[in-house]
Amino acid sequence: MALPIEPRPAQPGRVLGRVVRRKEDPRLITGTGSYVDDLRLPGMLHMAVVRSPHAHARITGIDTGRARSMPGVRAVITGEEVKDLCGPMPVGWSLQGLKAPVKYPLALDRVRHVGEAVAVVVAESPAAAADGAEAVQVGYEPLPAVTDPEAAMQDGSPLVWDDVPNNIAARFPLSGGDIEDAFRKADRVVKLRLVNQRLVPVPMEPRGVVAQAHPISGELTLWSSTQIPHILHALLPGLLNVPETRVRIVAPDVGGGFGCKLNLYAEEILAGALSLKLGRPVKWIERRSEHFMATIHGRDQINHVEAAVSGDGRILGIRARIIADIGAYHQLLTPAIPTFTPFMMSGVYAIPALDVEVIEVFTNKTPTDAYRGAGRPEATYLLERLVDTVARELGLDPVEVRRRNFIKADQFPYNTVSGLTYDSGDYEGALNKLLEKIDYEGFRRQQQEARQQGRLLGIGFSTYVEICGLAPSRIWGALGAGIGGWESATVRISPAGRVTVVTGTSPHGQGHQTSWSQIVAETLGVNYEDVEVLHGDTAVAPHGLDTYGSRSAAVGGTAVYMASVKLREKARRIAAHVLEATVDDVEFQVVDGQGRFHVKGAPQRHVTLAQVAAAAFTAHNLPDDVEPGMEATVFYDPTNFTYPFGAHACIVEVDPEDGRVKILRYVAVDDCGNVINPQLVEGQVHGGLAQGIAQALYEGVVYDEQGQLLTASLTDYAVPTAADLPSFETDRTVTPSPTNPLGVKGVGEAGTIGSTPCVVNAVIDALAHLGVRHIDMPLRPSRVWAAIQQAKASGGGQPA
Amino acid sequence: MIPAAFAYHRASSVDEAVRLLQELGDDARVLAGGHSLLPAMKLRLARPGAVVDIGRIEGLRGIRRQVDHVEVGALTRHADLAAARLPAGLEALAECADRIADPQVRRRGTIGGSLCHADPSADWPAAVLALEGQLVLVGPGGERVVPAAEWFVAPFMTALQPGEILTAIRFPVPQARSGSAYLKLARKASDFAIVGAAARVTVDGSGRCTGAAVGVTGVGDVPYRATAVEDLLVGRVLDDQVIAEAAARAVEGVDPVSDVHAGAEYRAQVAQVYVRRAVQEALGRALSQPA
Amino acid sequence: MSQDSRVRVRIRVNGDVHEHEVEPRLLLVQYLRDVLGLTGTHVGCDTSHCGACTVLLDGEAVKSCTVLAVQADGGEVTTIEGLAQHGRLHPLQEAFWEHHGLQCGYCTPGMIMSALDLLNRHPDPDEETIRRGLEGNLCRCTGYQNIVRAVQAAAARMRAAEAAAAAGGGDD
Ligand SMILES: Cc1cc2nc3c(=O)[nH]c(=O)nc-3n(C[C@H](O)[C@H](O)[C@H](O)COP(=O)(O)OP(=O)(O)OC[C@H]3O[C@@H](n4cnc5c(N)ncnc54)[C@H](O)[C@@H]3O)c2cc1C
Ligand code: FES
Ligand code: FES
Repeated sequence: MALPIEPRPAQPGRVLGRVVRRKEDPRLITGTGSYVDDLRLPGMLHMAVVRSPHAHARITGIDTGRARSMPGVRAVITGEEVKDLCGPMPVGWSLQGLKAPVKYPLALDRVRHVGEAVAVVVAESPAAAADGAEAVQVGYEPLPAVTDPEAAMQDGSPLVWDDVPNNIAARFPLSGGDIEDAFRKADRVVKLRLVNQRLVPVPMEPRGVVAQAHPISGELTLWSSTQIPHILHALLPGLLNVPETRVRIVAPDVGGGFGCKLNLYAEEILAGALSLKLGRPVKWIERRSEHFMATIHGRDQINHVEAAVSGDGRILGIRARIIADIGAYHQLLTPAIPTFTPFMMSGVYAIPALDVEVIEVFTNKTPTDAYRGAGRPEATYLLERLVDTVARELGLDPVEVRRRNFIKADQFPYNTVSGLTYDSGDYEGALNKLLEKIDYEGFRRQQQEARQQGRLLGIGFSTYVEICGLAPSRIWGALGAGIGGWESATVRISPAGRVTVVTGTSPHGQGHQTSWSQIVAETLGVNYEDVEVLHGDTAVAPHGLDTYGSRSAAVGGTAVYMASVKLREKARRIAAHVLEATVDDVEFQVVDGQGRFHVKGAPQRHVTLAQVAAAAFTAHNLPDDVEPGMEATVFYDPTNFTYPFGAHACIVEVDPEDGRVKILRYVAVDDCGNVINPQLVEGQVHGGLAQGIAQALYEGVVYDEQGQLLTASLTDYAVPTAADLPSFETDRTVTPSPTNPLGVKGVGEAGTIGSTPCVVNAVIDALAHLGVRHIDMPLRPSRVWAAIQQAKASGGGQPA
Repeated sequence: MIPAAFAYHRASSVDEAVRLLQELGDDARVLAGGHSLLPAMKLRLARPGAVVDIGRIEGLRGIRRQVDHVEVGALTRHADLAAARLPAGLEALAECADRIADPQVRRRGTIGGSLCHADPSADWPAAVLALEGQLVLVGPGGERVVPAAEWFVAPFMTALQPGEILTAIRFPVPQARSGSAYLKLARKASDFAIVGAAARVTVDGSGRCTGAAVGVTGVGDVPYRATAVEDLLVGRVLDDQVIAEAAARAVEGVDPVSDVHAGAEYRAQVAQVYVRRAVQEALGRALSQPA
Repeated sequence: MSQDSRVRVRIRVNGDVHEHEVEPRLLLVQYLRDVLGLTGTHVGCDTSHCGACTVLLDGEAVKSCTVLAVQADGGEVTTIEGLAQHGRLHPLQEAFWEHHGLQCGYCTPGMIMSALDLLNRHPDPDEETIRRGLEGNLCRCTGYQNIVRAVQAAAARMRAAEAAAAAGGGDD
């Protein structure tokens, strides 16, 4: 497409780059939003799921008789019938040698994790469905469970799937550079074993679905609290054996996702299948306790890392073995997520050699999949803990070690040892800005003084780069994705001058209605208020690849921008015709907030965009080769990923008596390229920091040896409240991305990625002089206290 | 999310409640603020056939100052106590109330409900033990009074007999120059206690400790009075050294529990720390009273 | 046993009195959402932790998922739908909008109702008071910082409005 897509400057424009009130908010602050559970349809039935209380068991029989006879119960479905209703659950990623056992939405004869769906009951009310589900009698013969991935790989371990030896689902190697040479040259080898613990996503809106099949036409509309209506639209018709043309997927207001709604779940398939079978709408709303066991978990890696290091703190190479505990079977992207970690393992540093093997292991736990960051936080955690450990072992300053290893600002585009090409960056610039905000030397003095009084203060740093803007379709395909990575946008102007944007992205809190309106208002010279954005309904926005992986701004936003430019070009041609000038002689300009075209050098000879739109619709006087109407559609496939980065610092105080960690300051300098709306960027950073800090200090899934989930509710799984988090100090540098004309990179996950190691580094810094080298997350008071005791007992401390 | 079906009875007097409980038998549960019972019913961990709502019985809510004691009605909500003006020496009641759960829960949950529920990690038991509360019970056989130290029998089990209702807790008004405090360690804000320690200290004109009581929750399988600590405090002038020495005996005779949040060893350690800090705080308050 | 015997309740919600026969097990939040169709009050958990369901009952913030409709009989409930008056947003709603105190919006109704209760008790709260006052409400999107800002801003506006009203001035 030969469009003159000029890159946008980094400076804020009239609307773009500025704070505006969000378009989403009026409905959300007045209680008039529409989430899935708010949907009420005539004749609607309610579904409840019977779930396995065992981690591993054979199903010996299911008695549904009593449930079927309960008042209001309309259907009970078990594994026996499920094969007649739908196909097996798809896996959306392929890896060489991947073991992908067939899995149906209901267990057939064996359950493999606590919470696996065994049967569903459909009834006239939620209460009747719950009563019915309770009445289903399932016989189980417990089998030995395996919950430790390292034990699961051993010969003789119980098998989650009989035909998957050693429970190994896949091995994914990634290497670059000469690793042997690196270790030969090394002055020192620094080793770490890190556990990146399992997390539960916990968006505040649980999952939910309403399926409405029309009994006569066979049309199926499915509302789901999902991030991916388009991907569901690609998958569900085949699974339910309905023509794609008769399926419509709607993502209404969605109350957060964080990756866990980037999936196709058993309940979505079952609700659709049962609505088709019964001819009535079927609703299922996840209870929070179900969320803990039946929605994907995140992270869960054990990292064995070894770095070859020179005496002056340069990292010459990294060897790592990553054991990813992926749970009992694959959800949509389960196999993909751990493979993202090695790609980002050289981070912001010029590391010449890398040799990693990822081993994905089945265990009797809930499957893992994408959770905010999805493989990248694991890489950053590993690397930033490693860099701090290198500094500590060499007696160097952690800031200095980072500087010595940084990729320099003049080295971009930079080809990493893992095969990526970083688009742009200035890592030292971000770090310098960070250091301006904290008096580092002053803090070190304060730390010394505090130690004299028995107080434990610590500072931690983290400098990170992440990968966004998923994805160039070709690369995505080569990596194993089952789908492309482009995005589409349509921009149209009505005869009355209102602008409608149709986007293939599917927001769930990010504020796309606001951001996309800003892009269009700026580009076309229309009022922000006059732009509306439609999304999340395949009947309205048929083409798109949805919202995840911080792709929306870089790919979806760019598509919106390009569609606006394309539309403006069409308008320019009509304007030239009306003004009786050549197209090249006509310029676009925004005057008093209004877009208009004028003849070069003769601004008085002009028409407004609104006048052009009117002309395009009356069509009385259009150039021969111009169609009536004012609409443009663009499919944009990026040529590269984008690479946001940043530098964070955290200051903590540890109570030596009870091990409590208090964050005294958290300072974040992030660079996400050009900014569409500073307030929304800041909001994303805040939320990301909260989740990253939560991993460092509070959250963690615990299973016992029998595979029972001990953290099965908000009572035992510690999602932090306002009182558990500090106020964050945020700032940014701006390094535009050359990959897209908006110069944007993405910011959805940055805070999460940068903050986790930063907090842990701070705590270790506070305790290092006592001899504490590492503590696995979450750094609960009891763990911190135990680490202090252990260090004291082994006399590992240095003088303060 | 949806409780199993039950029959609902609203009692308008203690007598009616007692009568209803007798009629309905084992299958019935008393409903006060509902903030322990309803969550359990929603998860169907509790499924009573009948519920006797005592929430509207006149006279069971409120704090009354009597000659030698303060009577707190069983239906007095955590929020009421957190905001209450209490005599010197009973500060720990307000402090404890204020650290329970979150503002919404404190608006519904009652002190009586918490004491009858007897969660081994609940906050009230520590304060009620340290302030030597007397629990007033009314049952088919009339009224009886049980001292706090005899109330907690086992996890989630108390000396409450079938058919009885807890109507009030009486707290003796401490002597002059008394102070009390409640301190709590939780995993995060608004959580149950990993360790909760309440202390009351009375000193004489010379600063010598003439009385002390320490209640500990979250550590053992039932909340308890740390009598070994008390014994080392009474009769001595309390300096940091003495307090630390006493607090070191905070878990004497107790088997600290282990769970997802903290191990036994940690609980034992932190119990000592929090008992020490609570005694120090209580002492400070006692000393600030006029002699 | 008369297990499914329904109970008559009379509850004033956002100023209007409603009377219904309800199952005793019906939770107040279900009464609001399913019986009255007031779906602005959300459900985010089944253990009384998240606060998404917070409403005012007789002027005080409560978790409506942990109150039976029969317990609210005779009471007065205010939900998020009852906050804006005559098409004008409440200062808290304005402030959440202005200060980006919400992202996905799911926690927002409960958060605003808790904040309202907080400001009723503490018209001029400091940051710590706000953070503690919102302990019963989880938000997974915002990291709470802009919520705190919004509550501070609303408090200032409400105090100013009050002062103006006391001085006999306008209402804003
Ligand atoms: C989210 C959440 C967080 C919480 N956090 C904490 C915390 O940090 N610390 C803490 O201590 N507690 C906490 N709690 C528990 C809370 O304090 C409860 O309110 C309290 O335990 C029970 O009081 P209630 O009036 O609600 O009792 P109910 O739930 O009504 O009753 C509890 C039990 O006691 C019985 N009962 C109640 N009153 C009487 C009576 N007068 N006579 C005889 N029997 C009676 C009932 O039959 C029932 O078995 C929390 C609760 C929730 C929901
Ligand atoms: S729904 Fe979570 S507290 Fe009420
Ligand atoms: S805005 Fe999404 S949970 Fe608070």
